[in-house]
Amino acid sequence: MTGRDVHVELRRVSKRFGGVQALSQVDLRIARGCVHALVGENGAGKSTLGKILAGVHRPDEGELVVNGRVADYRSPRDALADGITIITQEPTLVPHRSVLENVFLGVEGGLAGVVDQRALVRRYWALVEETGIELPPRRLARALRVADQQKVEILRAVARNTRLVVMDEPTSALTKDESERLFALTRRLRERGTTIVYVSHMLGEVLALADEVTVLRDGRLVRTAPAAEETPERLVAAMLGRRLELTFPEKRPVPPGAPAVLAVRGLARAPAVEDVSFEIRAGEILGLAGLIGSGRSEVARAIFGADRPQQGEIEVEGRRVRLRSPREAIDHGVVMLPEDRKSQGLLMLRSIVDNVTLPHLHRVSRLGVLSLRSERRRAGELIARVDVRARSASAPVSTLSGGNQQKVLFAKWLLRRPRVFIADEPTRGVDVGAKRAIYELIRSLAAEGIGVLLISSEHEEILGLAHRVLVMRGGRIVAELDEQTMSEDALLHAAFATGGEARVA
Amino acid sequence: MTATQEVTLERRELDPARFLNVAVVRDYGVVVAFVGLFITLSVSSSAFLTWANMKNLAFQTAPVGIIAVGGTLVFIGGGFDLSVGAISGFSAILSGKIFLHTGVGLWGSLVLGALVGLGCGIGNGLLVTLGRVNAFIATLATSIVIYGFAQVITGGNLVSVQAERFSTLGLGTAWGINYPVFVWLAFALVCGFLLWRTVLGRYIYAAGGNAEAARLSGVRVGTIRATTFAFSGLAAGIAGVILFSEVQTAQWNANSGIEFDAITAIVLGGTSLLGGEGAVWRSVLGAFFLQMIGNGFDLLGTTPQWQYVIKGGILAAAVSLDAWARRRRT
Repeated sequence: MTGRDVHVELRRVSKRFGGVQALSQVDLRIARGCVHALVGENGAGKSTLGKILAGVHRPDEGELVVNGRVADYRSPRDALADGITIITQEPTLVPHRSVLENVFLGVEGGLAGVVDQRALVRRYWALVEETGIELPPRRLARALRVADQQKVEILRAVARNTRLVVMDEPTSALTKDESERLFALTRRLRERGTTIVYVSHMLGEVLALADEVTVLRDGRLVRTAPAAEETPERLVAAMLGRRLELTFPEKRPVPPGAPAVLAVRGLARAPAVEDVSFEIRAGEILGLAGLIGSGRSEVARAIFGADRPQQGEIEVEGRRVRLRSPREAIDHGVVMLPEDRKSQGLLMLRSIVDNVTLPHLHRVSRLGVLSLRSERRRAGELIARVDVRARSASAPVSTLSGGNQQKVLFAKWLLRRPRVFIADEPTRGVDVGAKRAIYELIRSLAAEGIGVLLISSEHEEILGLAHRVLVMRGGRIVAELDEQTMSEDALLHAAFATGGEARVA
Repeated sequence: MTATQEVTLERRELDPARFLNVAVVRDYGVVVAFVGLFITLSVSSSAFLTWANMKNLAFQTAPVGIIAVGGTLVFIGGGFDLSVGAISGFSAILSGKIFLHTGVGLWGSLVLGALVGLGCGIGNGLLVTLGRVNAFIATLATSIVIYGFAQVITGGNLVSVQAERFSTLGLGTAWGINYPVFVWLAFALVCGFLLWRTVLGRYIYAAGGNAEAARLSGVRVGTIRATTFAFSGLAAGIAGVILFSEVQTAQWNANSGIEFDAITAIVLGGTSLLGGEGAVWRSVLGAFFLQMIGNGFDLLGTTPQWQYVIKGGILAAAVSLDAWARRRRT
């Protein structure tokens, strides 16, 4: 650290959650007015550290020193009093209230609890001027996209005269373009003298944005260094404690003459999906790319019976089927790994075994009575196959890291061999090591002759894994890329509609 | 997949570091409280730990206990049932009417009465799932409707059965223990087994724990939830005919308020209001605990009115503990 003024200092901070040591003996100094990034695998402790700064968690041991004084925050409110706030991956706005009200929530001012509406509007436009973020003040928060909701949070942070903002994976739900704008804004905040603690998986953006980078591994601090001295390879090596190539397993060609396992014709569900048709062959990985909101997940949900399509035919292995519910889809061998594992995929409080066998309980039971032994045996095999790292198979899935939770979701669909495997964002919020394992898993599914539909916002992932890529925009398939035409350039071109409102970087 | 990680398939052991944290207090609090109160009462009153008092305690707890067991399924499945008081009264009335006006006989009318409860429960289930009415409001509405029907049928009067043997179910004994205790035990064992070892039980936990994830895993969440309401209705019907049999008179509002005792017992036991967690044995213990408080007041000769203050306070504490435990975990 240079001779800069220290804004926040952690002294031998430790934190435990249940049996997991999230942070141990961390010493860290964060300089005022700089962007300080925290990187590490899932479960490395970076989010926990951010939350300790913002008063969300209290350290079990050690001290937090803010502006040279020891601080003992018991709630985010205490931290806010010192000008510290946190912006999380899921914005926490009051959905039914306006942008204006959300920005000034808790700092309305006014006399005796009576809000001076006109003064608020004046303050709002002053904020807009200062930050360059412009949002319609009367719009309801729930009508905003996630990116705009984050902007509200940033406005809120500035309105509270925040001196330090913790950003926890702020770009995980943003498109590339939106992320760029967030970076510009972050730099502007730094110019105002605000300190930014930036928690992220995305090493590229960390290096582009941060002044200093701290690497965490298994709750311990590995090193803190100026961003200029780091490279993605160095960071990955530090995060993993070993070198790991960010490559994809070798593509195996689809056998010529492999039959179509899934055929979709004229699928429509207004307003998200219009006239979508495609086929997936046995052993093929078909990528479905496009921006968030282009209708990718909606196509997956409609095929899987999670939402009912208004039009369209679906054939599984050449036979016309109607999949009116996930149950019917599962019975026909069509399964889906949903995009949000916490809200759509897992029973967080139940054990790994319970989660794995849930869709196929009739296979480990007789007359509705479970055979706990055969259930544990079958689940154990699958857990081993997908390589879930857990203390015990009866541990609740909430105790697992993101990557291992994602693997549990894979295991859940393998108790009976599926014909079609739809994976919606299979590596979202997953660390580098687990990503590689998931790629191999997807490859092995295809090698077994399962047809895979892979949806991902990470272009490298789609390009690295898929045999063929469909690009969606505005609910339609606008391009099909094969082995020869596949490139990031072609994909982005199709996704963004050249000459459209969004410019490709 | 190279180097498959070894996964231990043992039961979750109690991590000493986790001992005495909030979740553990919530999970096993009812056991500690139960044992504590049991010992206290045994020491302070010579009349407490006697065979007669124990028998009596179980007998008095049985109706609420049965309802609490049925309600536990509803709670775990993510629902809520306020209508059990109304249903139990209604079941009793219809049971009496059937006995008086048809030839199905004593046991036939009692069984049919219990099945009336099952029917009401299915109605609740349909209203909540197909009708998409919030469970709290749906069962509040059905309970008002059922009270109304009960008054219409009886004209607001008592239904009274003048037949000595009608009280067999409520007051008859085997090995000195009243039949209702056996009914409760059997019902609790059935429901407990259901949750622990059956596909339906797993589905109930899944539906309450995360309805969307359950649906996307192929669980028919609506059907499962409706089934839990059917169990709760059946439990209310059984409790209704037992209470009816004990006193041989039924009235439309005779059992109103029993739903709150049952809910209190469930929550004290540690079954979460938010669904996805809980167990039948908890509610059995919770019901006993609640009854012991009343029993203790009787035996110690304290002003009985205070027991409500105590019960309410304990309920609030139990819910608060649950909320704390959840916060710690997430």
